[in-house]
Amino acid sequence: MDILSIIWIIVMPFIGSLVGLTYMGIGRKIIARVQHRYGPPIFQNVVDVIKLYSKRSAITHGVMFHLAPNIAITGTISTLMFVPVLVGENAISLFSFQGDLILILYIMVFGCLAMALGAGQSGNPNSAIGVSRGLTQMFGYEIPFVIALVTLMVQNETTSVQNIIAAQDSFMHWNIFQSPFAFVAAMFAFLGMMGNKPFDVPFAPAEIASGPPSEFGGKYLALMQTNRGMFAFVKLVLYVDLFLGGATNFAILLVKTFAFYLIPLFVGIVNPRFRTEQAMTFFWKWPTAIGLAGFLLVLL
Amino acid sequence: MKEDWGKEAGNIISKWARKHSLWVLAYGTGCGAIEIPPTMTSRYDAERFGITGSATPRQADVLLITGYLAVKTLKRVIRTYEQMQSPKYVMGFGSCTINGGMYWDSYNTIKRLDDYLPVDIFINGCMPRPEAVIDGFIELQKLIDAGTAQGWVKYKENLDTYRANQKKVITNWKMPDYNW
Repeated sequence: MDILSIIWIIVMPFIGSLVGLTYMGIGRKIIARVQHRYGPPIFQNVVDVIKLYSKRSAITHGVMFHLAPNIAITGTISTLMFVPVLVGENAISLFSFQGDLILILYIMVFGCLAMALGAGQSGNPNSAIGVSRGLTQMFGYEIPFVIALVTLMVQNETTSVQNIIAAQDSFMHWNIFQSPFAFVAAMFAFLGMMGNKPFDVPFAPAEIASGPPSEFGGKYLALMQTNRGMFAFVKLVLYVDLFLGGATNFAILLVKTFAFYLIPLFVGIVNPRFRTEQAMTFFWKWPTAIGLAGFLLVLL
Repeated sequence: MKEDWGKEAGNIISKWARKHSLWVLAYGTGCGAIEIPPTMTSRYDAERFGITGSATPRQADVLLITGYLAVKTLKRVIRTYEQMQSPKYVMGFGSCTINGGMYWDSYNTIKRLDDYLPVDIFINGCMPRPEAVIDGFIELQKLIDAGTAQGWVKYKENLDTYRANQKKVITNWKMPDYNW
């Protein structure tokens, strides 16, 4: 491992969280313009996080409460380490190895579970409801997501993200055209993962007081917000790697990830919130059916 | 010298961030709560100044007390205020929080909020319009910038006085000594 990759390992979490938080800020601005408002500046989420880091925190509910944000952000950073950010001559693929797609599949759940443990110990009923809703919804969207990834693995006969990117060498070979069924299923799962409007069942600020993080304030919430921004970036980069053939430099990466970020945003603007069981039925009906159809097509 | 420099830079950054990101917990039991939705939504859009609503006291910076406080609700307000993370600011909204307003001779409302909680800024009027509310927020931003919005320090230093005042009106004090 050379010096350059060590530098990238240190710098990448900062870039990731900054990009993710800025995307969220742009999202807030777009939502404001849709509602005929002027909207906050696009770096508003970064300002919020700086403010939260500068607050004093005097809350305690037990050991797991203190550990949860740290475990969540550890999970996210380690996911970021296994996702190849850039490919080509100046590639940033920090810890890629054969079979990393399976590892990513497992490690992505880490943050949600840590949050569930921490919020569970806070003893707030809103947190408990939010955790149960979040885990239920996770079981919903994980199924089409796994089906889509397995389809890609079978189609490319590999479990390495690097090889999947290498197979999409030209525009027409992108997986978005090669396996559209898997793309549609994965995109529905993506809506659930991003937690935007129709699927913001676990957070629901007007209903259960922002759900799992309702007892977290100050620096705990700052860590969680950083984690949220970075996790958004990780998911976007993973989807770009899998379906849009990766990116060779940062400009292309930003264009592609932002295009993917706009999809759940626009779906969220025009839709109200689902109930928990509606979200579950939705995920287990259409995306799963489409994903299975795509899987059968690949097998035949 | 070097340590001072670092502290100074940290102060400037945190002051700037606190000023431009105020998460408001609107305690809306009084009639003033009706002015909060137009302040936050499309017509007056307080979000362009970084002012957003927050769902729980743990995440909030500003406690906005809209209108009169009955003795019963004062207890909940104290509990909410003590659960917020410092630095925290209190905003008295409407004349009821200043001198009791139209409830000045009521048997079960408090008259002067400042006796019970450290209020950083008052907005007078009955009711203050959304323009006045936004103006109040901008004044609060100026106070934060000048470093004079120190209500939470005042509360910490004079906790005994505030507690005595609170216990004078709340006869059934069935709370812990401090609501962490």
